[in-house]
Amino acid sequence: MSECHDVAAPALQIATGAPLIALAGQPNMGKSTLFNMLTGLNQHVGNWTGKTVERREGFFHHDGREFCLVDLPGTYSLTANSPEEVVAREFIVRERPQVVVAVVNAANLERSLYLVAELISLSAPVVVALNMMDVAAQEGIIVQPEVLAAALGMPVVPMIASKAVGVKELLSVVAAILDGKLVSSPKLPEVRADHREILQQLQSLIAEHVPPPYPPEWVALKLFEGDSEVTRMMESELPAESMSAVSAILRQHDDAFLAVASGRYEWIGRMVRAAVTQPRIGQISMTERLDHWAAHPIWGLFILAGMLGLVFWVTFTLAAPVQDWMDERLIAPFAEWVGGLLQGAPSWVQGMVVDGAIGGVGSVLTFLPVLVVFFAAFALLEDVGYMARAAYVMDNLMHLMGLHGKSFLPLFLGFGCNVPAIMGTRVIDSWPARLLTILIAPLVPCTARMVVVAFIAPVFFGENALWVSWGLVLMTLITLVLAGMLLNGILFKGQRSAFIMEMPLYHIPNARTIGLLVWQRSMAFVKKAGTAILGMSLVVWVLSYLPYGDLNTSLLARFGQFIEPVGRWMGFDWRLTVALITSFPAKENAIATLGVLFGNSPEAGLAEALAASFSAASALSFLVVTMLFIPCMATVAVVRQETNSWRWAGLSVALFLGLSIAGGALTYHLAVLLGLG
Amino acid sequence: MSPEPVSMSSLTAGEHATVLSFGGGRAVQNRLASLGFTPGVDVDMTQNYGFGPLIVTVRGTRVALGRGEAAKILVCRSGK
Repeated sequence: MSECHDVAAPALQIATGAPLIALAGQPNMGKSTLFNMLTGLNQHVGNWTGKTVERREGFFHHDGREFCLVDLPGTYSLTANSPEEVVAREFIVRERPQVVVAVVNAANLERSLYLVAELISLSAPVVVALNMMDVAAQEGIIVQPEVLAAALGMPVVPMIASKAVGVKELLSVVAAILDGKLVSSPKLPEVRADHREILQQLQSLIAEHVPPPYPPEWVALKLFEGDSEVTRMMESELPAESMSAVSAILRQHDDAFLAVASGRYEWIGRMVRAAVTQPRIGQISMTERLDHWAAHPIWGLFILAGMLGLVFWVTFTLAAPVQDWMDERLIAPFAEWVGGLLQGAPSWVQGMVVDGAIGGVGSVLTFLPVLVVFFAAFALLEDVGYMARAAYVMDNLMHLMGLHGKSFLPLFLGFGCNVPAIMGTRVIDSWPARLLTILIAPLVPCTARMVVVAFIAPVFFGENALWVSWGLVLMTLITLVLAGMLLNGILFKGQRSAFIMEMPLYHIPNARTIGLLVWQRSMAFVKKAGTAILGMSLVVWVLSYLPYGDLNTSLLARFGQFIEPVGRWMGFDWRLTVALITSFPAKENAIATLGVLFGNSPEAGLAEALAASFSAASALSFLVVTMLFIPCMATVAVVRQETNSWRWAGLSVALFLGLSIAGGALTYHLAVLLGLG
Repeated sequence: MSPEPVSMSSLTAGEHATVLSFGGGRAVQNRLASLGFTPGVDVDMTQNYGFGPLIVTVRGTRVALGRGEAAKILVCRSGK
């Protein structure tokens, strides 16, 4: 998961002719650790063209030579089950990296060689990075790299990427292959014996029609595996009669994919038997002992709740003082200083720069400390291996919405900010489940909304403010579950996607991996503040200034008065309505707008003015609406980007508009009935 | 030792079994195969509380499966 939505960012400056190296591997093999180790901050995160799959590339130097490194998405295989798998293989086939480094896990050789078995049937030379030698030793497994290399017919470099052991050796091997001093000539796996003849037959049927640069043998295998993309490609390439012959073969052998997979595992079995001289000893591992609690259906939930509580506690304890400090010591003096510089300028210029630009972007930037701490805590839990357990224990609850455990991970991220949450839905394999998660993710109360609650609740509810805040969070989460159940029933007819997820071994977190993840997520947020939020802040300011330079007669006020009747259902006057509308660029703008509308700084003065102007019922309704309102502009933009459709983004806006108005009206009238009016 | 096929979700924690076949859509089957589930492979049930998802160890990897997915995998027990 990461924030690589900035496709237009400048590409890296890499010397032309630098050799192109691809890094491939299954998830949880230490591939990212190796990538970060090699490239450090010389990396760029973007998207693969036309795909919502993260593309990470970077450069590094070795022996005075520059190399370009592309980190392929972590996938278990190269069959077109997901966009990640398509991206990985298309890269190798079309962009022709000079060397592919396949990262495998020495502690789990059998499974991790599966991807290698797929990689070697493509054209590029493959080097095996035998990572996690230390973990293997801990588990009592002994692997002999030389024997493995001889068996595979490929160079194998033992390494411990997290400790930078073996990295130089790996690069020397890569360089040797580039210079032609070393060749990788792997022994290819075959399909299981009972299907070999029929595969031959298939291959001869298609051989002449396979479009270059695809290797015909590989295409035949993929047809056997029922790969949807390759099947589609051959349907358009093959003459009708050959295609019907091919279809007949495939129909007759619809279990052929198992023959292919079994063939690969037979091949792997031979390699493992040769190279692993001591298999895992039957001790109860640390992972097993921890999972006894962390993955328990009941204790696991308590542990998860404890973890969440801890994350929030740490986030607000560490970050809140920094946030106040930024507000008072950084943003305010900066605004004053700029104001001083602009003394001679017309008042509208001063207003636009100081109130519009600095006020708008500044208030958003003060969230950075909160997000940094939250992202760090999340990245730590992720890197340790805990998040898979969180997904596992949440599976039952997610079933209520037709989702499964994996959807919980992005939703959790949403407590920090909804934008990375929606990007984080990329971990979900099936598209309907991912879409549903994207649609409900804005119902996770983000820090920005909690700021509005934290400001308004004490004004109206005094000592009960904490209970009101918790109640609002609970109400929002219950709405999330109900909305999920409803949408699943309507849009997806209650179908449910499969839950298949590896539970990685727990391991010691890598500071560099966490640091880079936090850095990338935070920078994406800063970029957003500097572009989209800046733009919208200026628009709101202009609307609140024109035509007479007075807010009360401005276009914004007129608009607020125009739609005030709708606001009235929820107990709002035009000012609360306007505040709500201006929360679209960024949720916490609501307070800034109220500050402007009441002609006060958003400090104690505003609190008194609000208390004098509105009833508790109106305030409660305003808070409910804030929690349920249209997602912020950045979130809507990401929904549109990740679904690649304005339709879903529009539906999301309409959904939350309806939900918030209904929720607000209901709350207001109930509160009035209860005597809060 | 009972040779008759049972669904994987009926194994209790600590039981060993051999995979016979599995159902589900093509995408699910492909994913299961790439994670190591092929006919003839030995699996250990690692965690199964009789409801919700379960954890099964296959080829040295712990894999979490939804109950529905596990129910579609046919295995035969190979003793404790």
